[in-house]
Amino acid sequence: MLAARCRRLKAEMGRVITITSGKGGVGKTTATANISAALAALGHKVVCIDADIGLRNLDVVLGLENRIVYDVVDVVEGRCKLRQAMIRDKRLEELYLLPAAQTRDKTAISPKDMKRVCEELAKDFDFVVIDSPAGIERGFKNAIAPADEIIIITNPEVSAVRDADRIIGIVEAEQKGPAKLVVNRINNELVNRGDMLAVADVLELLAVELIGIVPEDQAVLVSTNRGAPIALEAKSKTGQAFRDIARRLTGEQVPFTSGNGSGGFMGRLSKLIRTGGEKS
Amino acid sequence: MRNFMGLLNRKGSANTAKERLRLVLIHDRSTLPPGTMEELRDELIEVISRHVEVDRSSVRLEIAQDGRSQRLLADIPLKRADNRLPEEY
Repeated sequence: MLAARCRRLKAEMGRVITITSGKGGVGKTTATANISAALAALGHKVVCIDADIGLRNLDVVLGLENRIVYDVVDVVEGRCKLRQAMIRDKRLEELYLLPAAQTRDKTAISPKDMKRVCEELAKDFDFVVIDSPAGIERGFKNAIAPADEIIIITNPEVSAVRDADRIIGIVEAEQKGPAKLVVNRINNELVNRGDMLAVADVLELLAVELIGIVPEDQAVLVSTNRGAPIALEAKSKTGQAFRDIARRLTGEQVPFTSGNGSGGFMGRLSKLIRTGGEKS
Repeated sequence: MRNFMGLLNRKGSANTAKERLRLVLIHDRSTLPPGTMEELRDELIEVISRHVEVDRSSVRLEIAQDGRSQRLLADIPLKRADNRLPEEY
């Protein structure tokens, strides 16, 4: 009976999803902003948390930097209420940001603090999306501690794939797995020329489940300049890639279409997607 | 022929990356401290030799990849089957 009650409670709680990568600069913050925006655009209540204390950026990518008063460290240290630190997005009513502190370091909060904050947020939100810092130190530990699910961002490039593999191993060992993979910055022209790892190659090496393929696109830079997530641009293919990830997260079966860096071997890709899923 | 090879090479930087990564990941994922394989090999031979004769020079021990998991594969050739009946018969 208690188990049934716990299950019901759990079902009412939102999902905590951490976005991480190991290597820096692969697109974690961009992915966090866009997946969060896409989920909110689908009508879900979403809060994203910047866990990169001392190097905050999710606020500028979302275009909310001017509205920060309090941050997550203020919440943890009791200087303000959780609600006071949360910033509501100007475009999407259901999207909120909990910013990182800029003048503190990673040790200002503990994995336990993050768990407590996320538990509180998961009562009111459908999704709590955490932007993890690069590396595997304290900040990363803070970011994965409260996670129900983990999304790993990688680029089709040796160092990013290697770091992703390391992170996947840690996530498994911490029993937060199986992690799901987003291959970001795929350039079809380079893949077809044989000078970039295809998505199928990355999947074969990492043996995890794929949840998104995002093309390399200069429009991402433009949208970041403006502080407006590309996921909200209806005509953008890259925006569509992020919207597809959001829909897959909600359990929808969204096919991976061709012309997305598969290297022309869609059969090989779909076989690997299935294998990755089974291995988990 | 040189042109052909040149073409293959040019085609191959992604292939090179994949091959290099394959080897690096096997190494990164390995949880065995260095030297453990040699120790394991010697100890396995010792234990098995107590029961059957082993062709020591041909024993092979390796880590194989199976998705994200690894398995230890041992190939231990025996010297030859002993078909004599046990004495108590």
